[in-house]
Amino acid sequence: MTDQVTEREVGRSRARKEDARLVTGQTNWTDNISVNGLLHLAILRSPMAHARIDRVDVAPARERPGVVAAFSGRDLAEGLGSLPCAWPVTEDIVLPDHPPIAVDEVRYAGDPVAVVVARDRYAAADALEAVEVDYTPLPPVLDLEAALAEDAPLVHADKGTNRCYVWPLATGEDYASVRQRADVVLKRRYVQQRLIPNAMEPRAVVVTPLAASGEYTVYSATQIPHILRIMLSMVTGVPEHKLRVIAPDVGGGFGSKLQVYGEEALALAVAQRLGRPVKWTESRSEGYLATHHGRGMIQDIEIAATDEGKLLGLKVDLLADMGAYLMLVTPGIPILGAFMYPAIYKMDAYDFTCTGVFTTRTPTDAYRGAGRPEATYAIERIMDELAVELGLDPIELRRRNWIRHEEFPYTAVAGLTYDSGNYEAATDKALALFGYDALRSEQQKRNEHGDVVRLGIGVSTYTEMCGLAPSRVLRDLRYGAGGWEAASIRMLPTGKVEVVTGTSPHGQGHVTCWSQIASDVLGVPFEDVEVLHGDTKAAPQGMDTYGSRSLVVGGTAVHHAAQKVVEKARKVAAHLLEASEHDLEFTHGVFSVKGSPEARKTIQEIAFETFSSHDLPDGMEPTINAEHLVDPENFSYPHGTHLCAVEVDTETGRTTIRSYVCVDDVGRVINPMIVEGQVHGGVAQGIAQALYEEAVYDDEGNLVSGTMADYLVPSAADLPEFVTGRTETPATSNPLGAKGVGEAGTIASTPAVVNAIVDALRPLGVTEVAMPCTPQRVWEAIEQARSGKDGSA
Amino acid sequence: MTRISVKVDGTTYEDEVEPRLLLVHYLRDRLGLTGTPVGCDTSNCGACTVDLDGESVKSCSVLAVQADGSEVTTVQGLARDGEWHPLQSAFHERHALQCGYCTPGMIMAARDLLRENPDPTADDVRQALEGNLCRCTGYQNIVRAVLAASGQEVTT
Repeated sequence: MTDQVTEREVGRSRARKEDARLVTGQTNWTDNISVNGLLHLAILRSPMAHARIDRVDVAPARERPGVVAAFSGRDLAEGLGSLPCAWPVTEDIVLPDHPPIAVDEVRYAGDPVAVVVARDRYAAADALEAVEVDYTPLPPVLDLEAALAEDAPLVHADKGTNRCYVWPLATGEDYASVRQRADVVLKRRYVQQRLIPNAMEPRAVVVTPLAASGEYTVYSATQIPHILRIMLSMVTGVPEHKLRVIAPDVGGGFGSKLQVYGEEALALAVAQRLGRPVKWTESRSEGYLATHHGRGMIQDIEIAATDEGKLLGLKVDLLADMGAYLMLVTPGIPILGAFMYPAIYKMDAYDFTCTGVFTTRTPTDAYRGAGRPEATYAIERIMDELAVELGLDPIELRRRNWIRHEEFPYTAVAGLTYDSGNYEAATDKALALFGYDALRSEQQKRNEHGDVVRLGIGVSTYTEMCGLAPSRVLRDLRYGAGGWEAASIRMLPTGKVEVVTGTSPHGQGHVTCWSQIASDVLGVPFEDVEVLHGDTKAAPQGMDTYGSRSLVVGGTAVHHAAQKVVEKARKVAAHLLEASEHDLEFTHGVFSVKGSPEARKTIQEIAFETFSSHDLPDGMEPTINAEHLVDPENFSYPHGTHLCAVEVDTETGRTTIRSYVCVDDVGRVINPMIVEGQVHGGVAQGIAQALYEEAVYDDEGNLVSGTMADYLVPSAADLPEFVTGRTETPATSNPLGAKGVGEAGTIASTPAVVNAIVDALRPLGVTEVAMPCTPQRVWEAIEQARSGKDGSA
Repeated sequence: MTRISVKVDGTTYEDEVEPRLLLVHYLRDRLGLTGTPVGCDTSNCGACTVDLDGESVKSCSVLAVQADGSEVTTVQGLARDGEWHPLQSAFHERHALQCGYCTPGMIMAARDLLRENPDPTADDVRQALEGNLCRCTGYQNIVRAVLAASGQEVTT
């Protein structure tokens, strides 16, 4: 029935099972889905950042050819609840109502105001032009500090304030007293520009109703089919057990599809009303307005240290741009970062405050790293500034403060217990790969010669918290759900295996990696394992994919479920081989009796014996299938050292990355090729924040960078080769020893690049360049430094 | 409505189309050839790249009527007798895709490059694929895959 498996799957660079349909075009993107009678939705959106809606008349649109229906916000308001915010971070948080479609007021350019339903997408788009809307403009709210002034115009007038919440965290000793002991206190302001996530697949949703029984299937380009099912049920009133949510092939997410979107609720509501299947697919430009943005923070950070470079304390004050509404986890994003500002460093006091602020812009929410890239940027930037202040090499300053390998597990000042790490090993390996000393001496020579093109070296030694998340911690943070994950394993009669996972991949390769995990535990061939996911009917339990959690939590669940299968199979094997369970060995998928190796049964044979159930132990339930749910005991803490060398042309301001080296420690690795790919993509997105990307608004609150032609998603020609390396310090909080890798590159790389640019320009008097470090900004920073002004741009 | 005749992946289709219908929507919505996806509305991303009479084009920037009398090859027409095109194999073996949304366009654009320049350098590949955006891979494995598909030794 089977070839015996002798080579371990975990640790092999298996080419992915997922690829066959993706490289041949046999894909199942949501927009590919077509059913008889399918209608297309188009959504009219506010052209203004803030306005009162005086009148919406959809009647003229209904007259257009091919149009089946048209609805204003008021038409749909009845029966539609507010879109959910699952993370009210404080007891007194301001939680505004968030209708899926605006009724009385629009609060960002892009807020939906009317829906047209037509026979094809062209007709729907055409008919939008016929909808008549009268607006009375209201003042936009754009500046985070001005928004908090007493007399500021309000995004939500009924709430009386633009201050959404204030979330404090003070840990360790009292910061003010620690500060008094300090020889050096540095204070800096960093700005995290807004970013647009830009998953390559635009969002789409298809709803197919079975009107007679009130059942609905929702296909959505989402990272979270399970959470979406619960939330859509609450928003629309369709009972949860009558809703099936499917995430078909999903083309990237990066947090932007970790959301419960108004369009998903609107499509369901329209399908309910019309009893017809409907589809909505965003255009890219529409998505720039309607899909949540990331980052958007002002960070005031102060660091206190001795003149030997020992850190004493850290104070962080954040202003975080919520945008116009609170979406699924909007308020929690900066809080995910709150614990990461102290990073890998030991210190005595930490004082953090985040103030969430409403503005009349597209809501923000998770974008790759979600709070942690922002934290890492601020601490790693100011560490470089402190090194300069103290006359220390930036690596040396870090060495003097980081948690030493022998000190793990270590409870850091913010309260998290880092279970494992080896910052020395990762840094030493990165320095060797990079050729740090040689680059430093080249830099010195070029500075002495006054080269037009300067060399700069940037360091980032990061850690992050992954594996979201222990449910009790989530409770303490006031998050509305748990952080467990589920897996079940079905042993089919022919010996093939179905792994059912609650994670919902959209590029990460779970099918391949979960196959590797199950294959090793069960001792069945990799090819004999299939992985089911992303459909609440096929995989009914799950908490989905985000926060570098899937392997650490979901993979662990697969591992445990497979072990349970083996234990059940052992009982059957013992019975069939007429031996005691204790006398059985299980190796490479084969149960054999110790001392008589000819008495053997493969686990795949036992699957058939269990199916037939002709000869099972008395009283045994006729199945060896198993399910396991895991609630993680701790976060996991990947870390690493990233080094970037840039050449900055001081005449044009152009930055070129000359070399980029990263050594990441993501614990034990299931598939090295996939891990390397995750690092490449993560680093690319972090570099993109440093050099290229920004969601730009004008003074009226219009998104100026509103198309892909105006927002620079880097191409192959804009990015360097990356040199990647790994150290492997296993996580102790899960049996796989895995830590997660999805966000590491993005978290680490942004400060490495900006540190390198500032390092290149420091001899010219530049101490800060605002992101993205475009040629113009770099050039302006140089010019300002030359003319004796403050070096920040 | 205008009558067009287009050969797509070896099959000839005759259809009445609106003059404004984009080629990519003709392929997807009329012919059901959904292997070619749409990633943007400004012809920046290249996800919809197909081959039109021997040249790679972004099919969102061509009208279906412009393809009248032409031959179109999409990613769905690359395999021969069940054998993948070398680029398809190389993308798979080199992990040059993650979510895979950009992959059809990447492969079609890379195929165009290799026809014009069978022995490109890594930099040639990066320049040639400038009009095709990928958000997942950071491009490094795409470059490796294209070099490997050209028959060059590629160190991993």
